[in-house]
Amino acid sequence: MQEPMHECKHNPGFMRDTLVPQVGIITDIRTETPDVKTFRVEALGGGKLFEHMPGQCAMVCAPGIGEAMFSITSSPTNKLYQEFSIKRCGVLTEHLHSLKAGDQILVRGPYGNNFPVETELKGQNLLFIAGGIALAPLRSVINYCLDNRENYGDIDIVYGSRSADDLVQRKEIEEVWSNIPGVNVHLTIDRPQEGWDGHVGFVPSYLQELAFDTNRTAILCGPPIMIKFCLQGLKEMGFAMEQVYTTLELRMKCGVGKCGRCNIGTKYVCKDGPVFRFDQVDALPNEY
Amino acid sequence: MQELINKAKTLLESGEVARVLGWKKGEYEYDPEPAFFETSESLKDFVYNGFCGANLSKYMIEAGKKEGKTLVFLKPCDSYSYNQLLREHRVDREKAYIVGVGCKGKLAVSKIPFEGILNISGAEYPDAAETLTVETLYGTETIAYKDAMLERCHVCKGKEHVVYDELIGESADTVDADRFAEVERIEAMSPEEKFAFFQSELSKCIRCNACRNVCPACSCRKCVFDSTAFDSEQKANTTSFEEKMFHIIRAFHVAGRCTDCGECSRVCPQGIPLHLFNRKFIKDINALYGEYQAGSDLESKAPLTNFTTEDAEPGVGRG
Amino acid sequence: MYKIKKENLTALYAAIAAENDLFLPIKAAGQTNFGLWTENAEVDIDTLKTVKSGKDIFFPQSETLYKVRREEGKFAIDGEAPRQTPFVVFGIRGCDVRALAVLDKVFLSDPIDSYYAARRQMGTIVSLACGKPATSCFCKVFGVDCAEPEGDVVTWLVGDTLYWKAKTKKGEQLTEKMTSLLEKADEAAVEAEQAAIRAIVEKLPYSKLSLDKWGAAAADANFDSPIWEQMYKPCLACGTCTFVCPTCQCYDIKDYSTGNGVQRYRCWDSCMYSDFTMMAHGNNRTSQMQRFRQRFMHKLAYFPANNQGMFSCVGCGRCVDKCPSHLNIVKVIKAFEKEGV
Repeated sequence: MQEPMHECKHNPGFMRDTLVPQVGIITDIRTETPDVKTFRVEALGGGKLFEHMPGQCAMVCAPGIGEAMFSITSSPTNKLYQEFSIKRCGVLTEHLHSLKAGDQILVRGPYGNNFPVETELKGQNLLFIAGGIALAPLRSVINYCLDNRENYGDIDIVYGSRSADDLVQRKEIEEVWSNIPGVNVHLTIDRPQEGWDGHVGFVPSYLQELAFDTNRTAILCGPPIMIKFCLQGLKEMGFAMEQVYTTLELRMKCGVGKCGRCNIGTKYVCKDGPVFRFDQVDALPNEY
Repeated sequence: MQELINKAKTLLESGEVARVLGWKKGEYEYDPEPAFFETSESLKDFVYNGFCGANLSKYMIEAGKKEGKTLVFLKPCDSYSYNQLLREHRVDREKAYIVGVGCKGKLAVSKIPFEGILNISGAEYPDAAETLTVETLYGTETIAYKDAMLERCHVCKGKEHVVYDELIGESADTVDADRFAEVERIEAMSPEEKFAFFQSELSKCIRCNACRNVCPACSCRKCVFDSTAFDSEQKANTTSFEEKMFHIIRAFHVAGRCTDCGECSRVCPQGIPLHLFNRKFIKDINALYGEYQAGSDLESKAPLTNFTTEDAEPGVGRG
Repeated sequence: MYKIKKENLTALYAAIAAENDLFLPIKAAGQTNFGLWTENAEVDIDTLKTVKSGKDIFFPQSETLYKVRREEGKFAIDGEAPRQTPFVVFGIRGCDVRALAVLDKVFLSDPIDSYYAARRQMGTIVSLACGKPATSCFCKVFGVDCAEPEGDVVTWLVGDTLYWKAKTKKGEQLTEKMTSLLEKADEAAVEAEQAAIRAIVEKLPYSKLSLDKWGAAAADANFDSPIWEQMYKPCLACGTCTFVCPTCQCYDIKDYSTGNGVQRYRCWDSCMYSDFTMMAHGNNRTSQMQRFRQRFMHKLAYFPANNQGMFSCVGCGRCVDKCPSHLNIVKVIKAFEKEGV
């Protein structure tokens, strides 16, 4: 039998299980949209709580309120802190939105696999497609690729939201991403809005208008209905399912493939995912 | 039993009902399961015998949401549960065709103290025998029918159905115990003895929720114990306090509505006599507000939801 | 091989309990479950099946993971230390011992669960052969020999004598400490008992269940079968089957407020419960049919697909005995056997 316990480096004196979190401190909160905030989290002594890879998640806990899995939206290339973009939609997220800089939370992780940034995605042209809050998990990959620009080809980012006010990370998109050579950002909003001179329309139809060639790998994340139509669009453009990645989300409690609820057939989203290629998703039973 | 199958066939084939809710043959005599039958052909698996203790009235909540009528077989005591659901507007009488079936007392295989039970004969309906012959892996044994009966049958509410469209079959008089004797025995205990009694029983609880899920009075769409909005969402027996809260809150919630159908005690995997809580409430309601049997009719005013100036004021500290 | 008279077992229990916690089947309020031995406990090693399996001892229904203290808006975490003292489990049956091998696949795979692992390391298992297997037993189908269960020590109760045989180093260590209470015995009585047990097992009605339709390939093949829709309706969505099951390992992690802090505990959960997969913005198994299917697919298809063909059922038959609606894994296996897919 393997040695089951490891010394906790943050609290020497007791052995820490993977289910036991660390205390993190919120050092900054940005209001992105009316219902999305981005929380910057650091370890108590400063610095990151742990290292992670793009696409991985962590369990964020407010004691007595709840605990849930969130994708880490900051890139691992950020050496100072980690960020979570969190949409207000339930008891826990409501509570997190009420917190202020300086407040503490509990975090454990990182969990799950990651986007294959050092293998399959390396050297490729990349097409990111996201809707609404789903930019959060993709942002860590995008920034990772931008910080290692030489390893990737052209980067296209198609991002849409209900309205201009619902675009997450708009400042970074417009002031940073849009100004990097070889990076094309395509923003769209669902309905016309005063002060918006960009594209109007749903992400799937915008995607079709943009008519990308298949010489790229697509990374797609959004609400199920958006995924469905975008995938259809990509297929029509000639993309193979092996060329498209996504990240899934189901209810999780443990994060380590043991509590038994986030499985789709034989795969546990927390452990075997959350990142899947669409040919892998297609092989799963229809229960997600 | 054949008469029940014939009735079901006739109504299914005429299209008067879309489905039949009854009991389906299991692997043995003693493990029939509640089942919906939608074709005459499928009725070959229909069974009605001494082991059909399951009260089908709660399944009628879901059946009522489906297209067409459902033929349901209700035993006399089940009909009280159905009536109570009707009072609470949880079932649709228009979508039910109720056949009241005779009952000779229902059996619990857990009350048969032999190991390796294979087959049991004598539990047939209507020809139930006074003695059950139990074929086991280790030889053949016998036991009196009444010794294997569910607790509730020893204090049976009677042979009459309180709601039905037609009746098939005879019922037997199975009463041979006083319904409130056990409650009185516990009432006579000192507070310490009572506490010890309930602690020993309830500490067995594994919070499987079978008692709640089978209970016809527990028909809330979302149970307070399943809500994430309260501390009450407890799956585990984290503390003995928690266990006691669960069963006592549940007993309070069904007070005045519980027909004493006994399903909670029948399904408890740990053999906790849960019906005693409900029966204590029934006894007190009877004493304070006059005799009342939940589910017996649709008109009478329920004692706990009806205020009169003559109402007793149960004081504090009654012990 | 050693032996001890049944009437002297209390002395044996006392001797074991002098140095270790001793868990064994205890009858309380009419039901037999594993519990901690005390002088006043009513030990019951004759009852074939405890209501709950021995799973509790290694994976308790409820256990604290850590406590969070809240002081002036700051949190401090006190982790619960994994078990550090040895204990003995006595009288656990072959199916329940095999179930630990199933649980090991879950809790000892990376990342290892410290709480479970510590209990596995600290526990010595004294198993008991099944003299009188029951109708609902089908451990043979999963390759369990209830006449020769696994364990650190194996025992057989033959008449009024308990036979005792150490099988592992842990078992030998325990045996050495008990030698003053045990006397040497030959194998003859046990061999005769084993032959008798195996003869009964051959006659058990479920011993010939076929698992041909199950295993890794069933993950795809059986998912869309109409049988699920036909079978699930009597299911009450209670957790009886999962809580009496020796291999069900799904759990929830929850908070219990202690006033100025929070106790975070883990407790058994059931895939049969409607809120099992529910989260703030959705639920991927909304119907009871899906939840019913999940339980059996997990045991008979998903688990073997992920664990080199090992099923997550050991044939103890507790769900067969305890389901309020008489619905169980045997009926599921037979339905697929009969109708094909």
